[in-house]
Amino acid sequence: MTEDKNKDFSQLKDTDPIISYEQEESAELTELNSTWDNIVNTFRHNHLALIGVVIIILIILAAVLAPVISAYDPYVQDLENKLAKPSAAHLLGTDAFGRDMLTRLFYGARNSLVIGLIPSIIAIVIGTVMGLMAGYLGKTADFIIMRIADICLSFPSLLLAMVIMYTLGASLLNLFIALSIINWGMTARTVRAETLQLREKEFVEAARSCGVKRSTIMFRHILPNCIPSLIVIFTLDIPSAIMEEASLSFLGVGAQPPEASWGLMVSENKDQLTRAPWVALIPGFAIMLLVLAFNFVGDGMRDALDPTLKE
Amino acid sequence: MFSYIVKRVLTAIPILLGIVLLIFLMLQVVPGNPVVVMMKEKANPAVIANLTERMHLNDPWYIRFGRYVWDAMHGDFGISYKMKNREVSKMIMDAFPNTVKLTIAALVVAWAIGIPAGIISAVKRGSILDNVVMTFSLCGISMPTFWVAMLFQYVFAHKLGWLPVSGFSGFQYLILPAFVLGWSYSGSIARMTRTNLLEAMHNDYIRTARAKGLKESSVISRHALKNSMMPVVTMMAMQVAGMLSGAVMTETIFGIPGLGRITVDAIKNRDMPLLQGSTIFAAALIILGNLVADIAYSFLDPRIRVS
Amino acid sequence: MEQHTDLLEIRGLKTHFFTKQGEVPAVDGVDIAIPQKSIVGLVGESGCGKSVTAMSIMHLVQHPGRIVAGQVLFNGDDLAVKSIREMNKIRGKDISMIFQEPMTSLNPVYTIGRQVSEAILLHQNVSKAEAKERTIEIFRKVGIPEPEKRYSSYPHQLSGGLRQRVMIGMAMVCNPQLMIADEPTTALDVTIEAQILHLMRQLQSEQGTSILMITHNLGVVAELCDEVYVMYAGKVMEHADVNELFAHPQHPYTFGLLNSIPDTSGTKSRLYTIRGMVPNLLKLPKGCRFCPRCEKAMKICTMQEPELQDLGNGHQARCFLFDKEVMGK
Repeated sequence: MTEDKNKDFSQLKDTDPIISYEQEESAELTELNSTWDNIVNTFRHNHLALIGVVIIILIILAAVLAPVISAYDPYVQDLENKLAKPSAAHLLGTDAFGRDMLTRLFYGARNSLVIGLIPSIIAIVIGTVMGLMAGYLGKTADFIIMRIADICLSFPSLLLAMVIMYTLGASLLNLFIALSIINWGMTARTVRAETLQLREKEFVEAARSCGVKRSTIMFRHILPNCIPSLIVIFTLDIPSAIMEEASLSFLGVGAQPPEASWGLMVSENKDQLTRAPWVALIPGFAIMLLVLAFNFVGDGMRDALDPTLKE
Repeated sequence: MFSYIVKRVLTAIPILLGIVLLIFLMLQVVPGNPVVVMMKEKANPAVIANLTERMHLNDPWYIRFGRYVWDAMHGDFGISYKMKNREVSKMIMDAFPNTVKLTIAALVVAWAIGIPAGIISAVKRGSILDNVVMTFSLCGISMPTFWVAMLFQYVFAHKLGWLPVSGFSGFQYLILPAFVLGWSYSGSIARMTRTNLLEAMHNDYIRTARAKGLKESSVISRHALKNSMMPVVTMMAMQVAGMLSGAVMTETIFGIPGLGRITVDAIKNRDMPLLQGSTIFAAALIILGNLVADIAYSFLDPRIRVS
Repeated sequence: MEQHTDLLEIRGLKTHFFTKQGEVPAVDGVDIAIPQKSIVGLVGESGCGKSVTAMSIMHLVQHPGRIVAGQVLFNGDDLAVKSIREMNKIRGKDISMIFQEPMTSLNPVYTIGRQVSEAILLHQNVSKAEAKERTIEIFRKVGIPEPEKRYSSYPHQLSGGLRQRVMIGMAMVCNPQLMIADEPTTALDVTIEAQILHLMRQLQSEQGTSILMITHNLGVVAELCDEVYVMYAGKVMEHADVNELFAHPQHPYTFGLLNSIPDTSGTKSRLYTIRGMVPNLLKLPKGCRFCPRCEKAMKICTMQEPELQDLGNGHQARCFLFDKEVMGK
């Protein structure tokens, strides 16, 4: 059929009527709607986010490969060699106990990453469940859950964490608990807001009228719609958790010596600030780098995924 | 609007009570007998029993809680374990003004830097200036307060000698800590201001203002800014909460005898009444701050005020 | 002859948007003449460029769009080359504009009185008290009840119809020569719409203001306008007196538009639609822009773009059907 059209076309006069061709759907310009596409697209355009990911990957590698790439043991003290300036033997010098800074930085990365990730995951899970319940299960549940969230949020997070550590004692597990408690509130609030919006939509009503259980509606129908916001919150929670751990360790209520936590390293060496500034400042710089990288990524995520920011 | 205020105050009270209860449970109930905790089981059991009886610690926890709240409402937060003669309430009241000075100074710094930066960024959106300012802001947020403190101490106090390293007997001792604390907050203020201003500029009434013949600077200052500043007021309240956290760091490093510092000391010394008093006080401050911010917001937004 | 006494003459206006995906020719060579004291309608589907044309007159097009070619002659004076500062003297005073969404076009934190007074104070050298007087006066004129009280009302306290009256008041308060109305009644109920249209016609005849009425609603055009321009994909497709256009539509697109109005006279037949979709301005078809949807498409339509043909009586259409050279062959 098409070949006939083409053959006849050139033989037509200018004024002969034609059956006008169908316009092609401009499929290429349809908005990239899927979450995954949005994320990938962000990294292609947002250079800062890309830099962030690269930094994070490098730090993860350093953490995982710490035993392999470190020349020294992070815990062995060498008091004769303490506070050595950066040199060929010790690329970043040694700390007040003679331990190699670079090695302790690598091992500290492990702490920072683990402490950044795990409490964030726990906080997100708790926050999501609480938010869903508050948004969906009616006024009483909403009131109770949100008051508890308000209590956790009204408090300066650092103080609350300190009090929790005081109560439970200083250990890694307790640190996780403390960090999770102070961070779940924001997630709960956001998820609750989205749940309240979504439950009025038709697809929820349709599911309800089919007799679907409430828990299924919450987790199968509403939850997937919250995922873009959750991704944003997650990537922004991690740097908060890292900072909080560093701060707590600095104050002495977080990780305990001889652990190689970056925050601890700063506090251990703060008295050396005037004599050997690098020992105190370098671990702090590492914290900043990791947090900054996560913030770049989190910002990129938010630009891509936050529905309220769509132009 | 009056009913709005009343409603807000009424919601705030259970939250405060909830916090007090939570702290009480965490500090007095969970670790066990406070006397034992304080004396680290060194003392003679008879002495422990005696003290326990004298401090009414054998009563059930809810009675102790009730008593605590009653005393607190009368301003009695108990006696410090460490400084055996000093009342906790007095210690808090001595320390509190220092924190206030620090926080206000830091807020001034943060706002003086943050808001103009945010406005410039929004107005020159997409330009290099915008990108630089925003990246700087992000860096500011990513720097741990204690690190900034030490960095500034090193550069400004030690190397350049412009300002004292620590201590608290005069105005110049406030400058460095205020800058340190204000620095990271200026970042988030700049970002928020930029976002809010851009959002306000997208509104239709901005188009109307231009169509009237208003010059662009007036469009921004008269129409956009007022609308975008309202969320900033709410942000102020959240900032105060965060600042108290940051103040803990700053006070510790710069040796300022404020609320944060005594809290940290209380933890180190296992001084339970002091810890309890100071954390509750901090929480009350924040709730109060939130309340004030909400009420201020309702004043500014005619949609709430005139209904 | 009419060229000299036209209030506003747009010649060859091109306003393009420079987006990440490419250059979008939203307005691509438009000629419109608005005579003194008349109401001209600008009709077309969403996205045809009518709003952008209006915004271009006032230099209100924001980044990433800008005027790339053409002239906008207001009383002979070309606006397209003026600076924003010069435009600010004209905006709100000689040419004013009202918009579609009365709900959001007023600033929620200022009283309506203050916002209208602002327009007066910008362009006229009067005291604040005098401005307030004039504001109340214009409120009365546009039919706002209890104008003195309403001066201190906030936008959220008014209904949509009242807010649009405020907008009209704000636009008319400095006695402009031209008022541009961008879909002013689209967001309003039908009954309120009728009132607003009536008000506009009243003001026009009392104060001699010309109105450029932008709408996609042919009913509004029939009700209000003296002449009509039909736009499609950034170009004017047809132009005629309103009676002539409705009685004798020439361009296939106009024909399609008029036929698409459902016939409520009782004959049950399938609703007529113009098949196909508005084209993607980034990928315009070669030849006439309307060709893919046109029932009378010819071979030449796929190869060249037609020019605006004069059909006599002030009636023009952009179609090869009326191109004597082409049809003569």
